[in-house]
Amino acid sequence: MKHLRQLEDQSVYILREAYKHFDNLAMLWSMGKDSTVLLWLARKAFFGHVPFPLLHVDTSYKIPAMIEYRDRLAREWRLNLVVGQNKEALAAGMNYTMGRVVCCTALKTNGLKQLLENKGYTGVILGVRADEEGTRAKERYFSPRDKHGDWDFRDQPPELWDQYKTTFPPGTHIRIHPLLDWTEINIWEYIKLENIPFIDLYLDKGDGTRYRSLGCAPCTTPIKSTAKTVDDIIEELRHTTVAERSGRAQDEGRGMELLRKDGYM
Amino acid sequence: MKETTKPSENLNIVIVGHVDHGKSTLLGRLYADTGSLPDGKLEKVQAICKQQGKEFEYAFLFDAFLEEQEQGITIDTARTFFMWKGRQYIIIDAPGHKEFLKNMISGAARAEAAVLLIDALEGVREQSKKHGYLLSLLGVRQFAVVVNKMDLVGYRQDVFEGIEKEYREFLGQFKAVPSQFIPVSAKLGDNIANRSETMPWYSGPTVLETLGAFSKEAARSEQPLRLPVQDVYKFDARRIITGRIAAGRLKVGDHLVFSPSNKRANIRTVEAFNIEPQPTEGHAGQSIGVTLDEQIFVERGEIASHQEHLPSVSTAFRANLFWLGKRPLEKGRKYLLRVATKEVDCEVASIHRIIDTMDLAQQQGSNTVNKNQVAELTLRTKAPVAFDLSASFEATGRFVLVDEYDIAGGGIITELVHDDQEFLREEARRRDFAWVKGEVTVEDRAQQYGHRAAVVLITGGRHTGKSFLARKLEGRLVADGRHAYLLDGENLRRGLDADLSEEERGQTTEMARRYGEVARLLTDTGLIVVSTTNPFGLAYREASQAIRTLVHPAPVIAVHMSKTEEEPPPNTDVVLTGPTDFDAATAKILEELKRRGVLAQAIGAKPIFQYSI
Repeated sequence: MKHLRQLEDQSVYILREAYKHFDNLAMLWSMGKDSTVLLWLARKAFFGHVPFPLLHVDTSYKIPAMIEYRDRLAREWRLNLVVGQNKEALAAGMNYTMGRVVCCTALKTNGLKQLLENKGYTGVILGVRADEEGTRAKERYFSPRDKHGDWDFRDQPPELWDQYKTTFPPGTHIRIHPLLDWTEINIWEYIKLENIPFIDLYLDKGDGTRYRSLGCAPCTTPIKSTAKTVDDIIEELRHTTVAERSGRAQDEGRGMELLRKDGYM
Repeated sequence: MKETTKPSENLNIVIVGHVDHGKSTLLGRLYADTGSLPDGKLEKVQAICKQQGKEFEYAFLFDAFLEEQEQGITIDTARTFFMWKGRQYIIIDAPGHKEFLKNMISGAARAEAAVLLIDALEGVREQSKKHGYLLSLLGVRQFAVVVNKMDLVGYRQDVFEGIEKEYREFLGQFKAVPSQFIPVSAKLGDNIANRSETMPWYSGPTVLETLGAFSKEAARSEQPLRLPVQDVYKFDARRIITGRIAAGRLKVGDHLVFSPSNKRANIRTVEAFNIEPQPTEGHAGQSIGVTLDEQIFVERGEIASHQEHLPSVSTAFRANLFWLGKRPLEKGRKYLLRVATKEVDCEVASIHRIIDTMDLAQQQGSNTVNKNQVAELTLRTKAPVAFDLSASFEATGRFVLVDEYDIAGGGIITELVHDDQEFLREEARRRDFAWVKGEVTVEDRAQQYGHRAAVVLITGGRHTGKSFLARKLEGRLVADGRHAYLLDGENLRRGLDADLSEEERGQTTEMARRYGEVARLLTDTGLIVVSTTNPFGLAYREASQAIRTLVHPAPVIAVHMSKTEEEPPPNTDVVLTGPTDFDAATAKILEELKRRGVLAQAIGAKPIFQYSI
């Protein structure tokens, strides 16, 4: 438990730094386990309040239970929810059969870029974790994006001790990653410790499968698992050697490096 | 061999060393041999290698970027995780190429322990030394040295011992002592997770055992309290002061002193969300929030401590710095200094020497510090800063410099530099600590008056219209319903200063001290004090600095008047040059008072002004 409190203290510090330095700050919430823990940490940092809007980039292909859960928590926790959608691309018929990277770029990356541009957010808090996937392992806590939202991973700014990059030229923005040091197990351990409400798609409801990572319905497949409680999930993760995102189609080949360089979350 | 016990703690470890000495390979091997790789990861990378017609390397497991794999080097630090014997390790693989030194430093600055690699065939190289020196500078005290590629030197003991001797001598010059030297072959797995049969002459621990022996950072909780104020929140009825405890511990009822403002109050509650029962104490490492028994005005950047162990306060200190900026650091240039949560403009007062990390030779007389160089220098800040020496307090004894938009350098504070305000600052501190207060608080007065106390100080040469402007401003403020008072130096000379000889009255130091103490009393009554530096003649620069120190933390709004273009004193807020339109000048000063939060925005009706705390 001590290790969870250490992670919590670090994340809370980062969230408070973000809130102090960015006038136009927002947090991305996908309703998955990670960004929900992030949301919970914001309530920790700000003593029950969430003093910035939560953004959801809706691809229209999300699993319906996720939208219900989103609206319920937004009501109960009095969240300022802002939903963005790349309506143009959807109207033009964009879907995953046009290629997964193409579809993710249009509906998620570009959907996010449009939302950031329209609202003029200069700081965006995201729940990415270093252990999820190789390029995320190389992120900074405060990571600049250029005018096009692109990530220049070849030339990242130094990050020393608890001092983060909080100044940036006009037109650019900073991505803030308070969960970088958390692992998948830590997330579940913390959900248990704090009793955080989560979507039951992560649990097996009798058919011997559950989702380990949530995304769009057509591109996310459940894994074989009989984990029916959070304890079961933690126990399962201690023994598994299967990658967390193995059910996520966009990760195939160099998908994530290409997507993230162009501003994917 | 996969570890499945529950972790009790996290430990951050960085792997450093010269380029190509095998850091990523060591890491890949460690994960493979402890069963920490996801299924199929090894096979996937092996398949990619085969497809591209190159030999598989363990390093490819973590060099995620295409470019890294193509060039066979690590560009940026990667965090990876594995569990071993009840501990969760976050391993930071730092790049060894000198071009990516800033990435190495970013990685090492997060670490609690380090593994430094040296290639047995190549021996101690440039970055081996630089990284060793920087670990010490960054405060990473526990580290082990791994001599890699022993297979390429026939596993010879004499080669290993030669490197150990040479490198120990180098480290000894700055008193760094590694916990262990370990001969390994990361490629073949010798002495990584498993003991090697090939080097029977070595009986020490493996790399994995060495990681297990690293201890969690020494208990900073046992040190005196240091709580840098991160922010002050008022989301609901609670006014919560937040921050991460850098050292020591605190509990409800503790008497806190905030430096440099010298404000004091007792902790009423420790606030937390979803923790039952509500906590009553906190210790080093925790991000906490407290409420105080008195509503005092404290700001981000101040350091809360107990009265017995206060941090240093000055406008100057000496430091060891490493520079990572794209353009060189220059003597005389201005930078933004960040110490703990304080941000303040500073200037490089002098560069004492550049340290060559290859042989620790020193070069003097330079006016610039180039990228990737280390230097000893003195920094001078625009306003007083609370800090500690790095030797006693790590977190409040280090800093970064921001050049334009980027963090461009970092360093540790080695020495307090006494500035000319030290005597007065000490007087102010002793006086504030013993200050007897009535029932009416500063905030009560502010609420009642609709403004905060402040000093408007008009500086400038002779016959520039300072007195005239001061009178005009006082009149305007009072007409607007403000509580303002013109403090004229003449009135002090014949009264309070009557005991001084003519010669003593000519000495700025004592005159300014008396003047400042009177202004301090007036600001305590909640007044806006309007004044000029007329009594000090041309010594107005020195006098205004003394007044500033004595009335601190009440804001001083400095207005400089001159007939011609001239350099105003430091920290001037409003500059008026040439023939002055006094109505416009008054309006300008009122604007500045609003901007600084002294005046509420609405005038006339019941004041709506509220302190930000």
